[in-house]
Amino acid sequence: MPAVSKGDGMRGLAVFISDIRNCKSKEAEIKRINKELANIRSKFKGDKALDGYSKKKYVCKLLFIFLLGHDIDFGHMEAVNLLSSNKYTEKQIGYLFISVLVNSNSELIRLINNAIKNDLSSRNPTFMCLALHCIANVGSREMAEAFASEIPRILVAGDTMDSVKQSAALCLLRLYKTSPDLVLMGEWTSRVVHLLNDQHMGVVTAAISLITCLSQKNPDEFKTCVSLAVSRLSRIVSSASTDLQDYTYYFVPAPWLSCKLLRLLQCYPPPEDGAVKGRLVECLETILNKAQEPPKSKKVQHSNAKNAILFEAISLIIHYDSEPNLLVRACNQLGQFLQHRETNLRYLALESMCTLASSEFSHEAVKTHIETVINALKTERDVSVRQRAADLLYAMCDRSNAKQIVAEMLSYLETADYSIREEMVLKVAILAEKYAVDYSWYVDTILNLIRIAGDYVSEEVWYRVIQIVINRDDVQGYAAKTVFEALQAPACHENMVKVGGYILGEFGNLIAGDPRSSPLVQFNLLHSKFHLCSVPTRALLLSAYIKFINLFPETKATIQEVLRCDSQIRNSDVELQQRAVEYLKLSSIASTDVLATVLEEMPPFPERESSILAKLKKKKGPGAVSVPELDDKREGGELNGGGDRGPDTAAMSASNAVSRYVLVASSCLFMYIGFVCKNNGVLFENQLLQIGIKSEYRQNLGRMYLFYGNKTSVQFASFTTTVSCPGELQSHILSLNVQTKPVEPLVEGGAQIQQVLNIECLTDFSEAPLLNIKFRYGGALQNLSLKLPVTINKFFQPTEMTSHDFFQRWKQLSQPQQEAQKIFKANHGMDTEVLKAKLLGLGTALLDDVDPNPENYVCAGVIQTKGQQVGCLLRLEPNGQAQMYRLTLRCSKDSVSMRLCELLAQQF
Amino acid sequence: MQFMLLFSRQGKLRLQKWYVPLSDKEKKKITRELVQTVLARKPKMCSFLEWRDLKVVYKRYASLYFCCAIEEQDNELITLEIIHRYVELLDKYFGSVCELDIIFNFEKAYFILDEFLLGGEAQETSKKTVLKAIEQADLLQEVRPHVVTLHYE
Repeated sequence: MPAVSKGDGMRGLAVFISDIRNCKSKEAEIKRINKELANIRSKFKGDKALDGYSKKKYVCKLLFIFLLGHDIDFGHMEAVNLLSSNKYTEKQIGYLFISVLVNSNSELIRLINNAIKNDLSSRNPTFMCLALHCIANVGSREMAEAFASEIPRILVAGDTMDSVKQSAALCLLRLYKTSPDLVLMGEWTSRVVHLLNDQHMGVVTAAISLITCLSQKNPDEFKTCVSLAVSRLSRIVSSASTDLQDYTYYFVPAPWLSCKLLRLLQCYPPPEDGAVKGRLVECLETILNKAQEPPKSKKVQHSNAKNAILFEAISLIIHYDSEPNLLVRACNQLGQFLQHRETNLRYLALESMCTLASSEFSHEAVKTHIETVINALKTERDVSVRQRAADLLYAMCDRSNAKQIVAEMLSYLETADYSIREEMVLKVAILAEKYAVDYSWYVDTILNLIRIAGDYVSEEVWYRVIQIVINRDDVQGYAAKTVFEALQAPACHENMVKVGGYILGEFGNLIAGDPRSSPLVQFNLLHSKFHLCSVPTRALLLSAYIKFINLFPETKATIQEVLRCDSQIRNSDVELQQRAVEYLKLSSIASTDVLATVLEEMPPFPERESSILAKLKKKKGPGAVSVPELDDKREGGELNGGGDRGPDTAAMSASNAVSRYVLVASSCLFMYIGFVCKNNGVLFENQLLQIGIKSEYRQNLGRMYLFYGNKTSVQFASFTTTVSCPGELQSHILSLNVQTKPVEPLVEGGAQIQQVLNIECLTDFSEAPLLNIKFRYGGALQNLSLKLPVTINKFFQPTEMTSHDFFQRWKQLSQPQQEAQKIFKANHGMDTEVLKAKLLGLGTALLDDVDPNPENYVCAGVIQTKGQQVGCLLRLEPNGQAQMYRLTLRCSKDSVSMRLCELLAQQF
Repeated sequence: MQFMLLFSRQGKLRLQKWYVPLSDKEKKKITRELVQTVLARKPKMCSFLEWRDLKVVYKRYASLYFCCAIEEQDNELITLEIIHRYVELLDKYFGSVCELDIIFNFEKAYFILDEFLLGGEAQETSKKTVLKAIEQADLLQEVRPHVVTLHYE
């Protein structure tokens, strides 16, 4: 318990608070609170009517419990009852409860509003103030509806007490902020402006907040406030420190009101009336002069109050941006603060100077402080101050000092706090681009950036360096040489590999003449980084490789070998696998001309606003980055405009062009092959989409369920799927009849939709149907073609037969075309159980005790098509020693033997 | 001003005043984050920091942190003195205010704040006038407050 208990001291409340404070654990506290809540609840529900004091005490306890962070769901009615008490303290607690625990129960709100209405019309100023405080604290729309027209009347009425006027003004401000439509301008508005002349400083202080807010929205209606504000300010500024009695704060006359007056003036342009303007300039000069005077007190409160006014005055000077003399004086004043011992002042000076740097009058003056600011960046101990210093360096940068500033920022980056690195990186990147006189400096800077702070270099930054290198042919050779050198470092950042891969893929030829960077050396350098990189970077490198094949035919064999190895062509990542497969095919089947067309050098990017500038704007809000536009106004491109894609998306679309070209040959071959012996699983998956499959077959009919899962949090729009059977079939007789219904065009983020395909096998076939999927993801059209895993073996009916029958049938199918045979290396080990499972999955019957050699597997089945049945016999002979298989198929139809043999050879 | 928080060095919230409509959940989240951020700062650091899209002004008095969130165009230094004036008011009223006074008389701390700031703006900056209003209210109550000497920081 504190030594002095104030007011009417509710003992029960004090005891309860002590109890809570004495609780040893969170559990004990909760227990004590629950006990109290039960007690209060029973008191409120009890038959005995509670007296005002008890009600007040319990309501106060509830309030305390709520402020401890617990939910309170009762007591509102008792609090509302207190509002109509005659006793001030009870009323006061009632209002406090309502203000803190606003409740949207409409019945309750009606009662509260009623109580407020009574108090407002009570003509008792203390009660009126309580009611106004409550409205200002709650500020709900319901209250605005009830009182928005009443309060202006109270505010301007001649007989309203000063204290009530003050509350009414700020109450109205709160209502105007929440429901501007309900506060109607009217006859009262002009009278409100004249409150600036009020005798009572407190009334002016309260009223000016309201006037400032109203002026921002209705400047014309309130413009008379300018001259009133100037004369009020002038009177304060010229007053002696004792004139204003209790409104003088540590020898500073009316600091709050002064700041608010200066703030109000910032809602308007400089006064047109010469006399008013002269008076204002005089005020501003006086404020600047006072800053040079020795302090009247050593207390920090004195200097804070004085400097608060000074900073507000400087804001006004910057806002006017028309008085070169004042701007330069302001700048000099801030310059002094840059070296002040108070951290707060250094912080504010750096912040304020940022805006000064954007004025043509003071830009040069700001620049003279460059050494101090650089020093601040290096030596300030508080990160938020260093951040301000970095902002100011960015703001004061122009062509004359860009190299110095960028170098300082780069060196600061080596030790910069993690929290501000990304923003620093963006700023360096922007300055480097903006003030690049020679682009080799630009390339050096960005590569340095990646070296020093690679983790913080966002995609936009490395996209941008590539865009610029692509668009400027004078820097391409230098860029290629520099990335090549940068990649020599034993450990280089992945972003460096990306930039290196892209640039060498495009412009490696410009340095290939030097034997130290011959095509093969370049390729080996890039490929030495490959295995350490993430999937997206590897994907980019694969694109670089195929570009190499085009640029340097002599690397073709080496690169093809790389593409052909299992870690590429059978990579578990679909994107990598697809690129490897497609690029390999492309390089082997396309003629040099086709290759040169598909892999042509990237066209220049359309000129647009720097993507990094857009990123910084997004990060900091507009305006925050506009500063360096000063000496070099560029065409403002559209923000995040249509074509704002990074180079890798460009590479991707190049790869899409490639994929269209070779799609039918190879698309997702391996995925689909995986389904020959199974009916369920994931057919396709990338970062956006997953496609799962469940299927079942009977006789010549099948049903397939496709599950499309949106893996992103963004909706897919215009989602359509089409299934087509390859041309060979359509031109002749349809061998498969696939029917399906369209899917819902919208797939929400994280959602999965289902589609059913009904399949009928009309005759035997070798080409699987194609599934084409199109959708929009974040504005970009995605297009995907996959082979559906519908293979001829799906229509197998198993046939059990004896050894005798089997060999009899075997002999009957002895025509050479009826047999297909393949000898191949085991790709997946030779485990017996796995083999058996696969053969059963194939759909045939696995026959025991048929083959004289127990190591061999023998199967039989009939393929059911609509028109005919095709009998099939299979024999698989493993050779464990050689890790080889011999597979023989004999079917009543030649084409089926061939097809089955092809399919199965890839399974074992 | 958007809100004012008073919390102890242990991170316990002692007073919260919100001048913008927010849900209880948001309030709790903001409080938790901000208390953590401010407590993590070292003593000689500057009193201002950028936090989300707001400016935060804070100052420590003995065991209590006073922390205000203001808008972009608001004046940091004058906010620092708003805090100080509030401390002076509490000090004058309670007589050498300490954290316990605010815990046990939280309702008074709210009443004083409402006389001084309303809707997030200064309503009355004169110390005498604010205290007179509070004392008058106390006069309407049973016990007369007893003002003790000023002592803080």
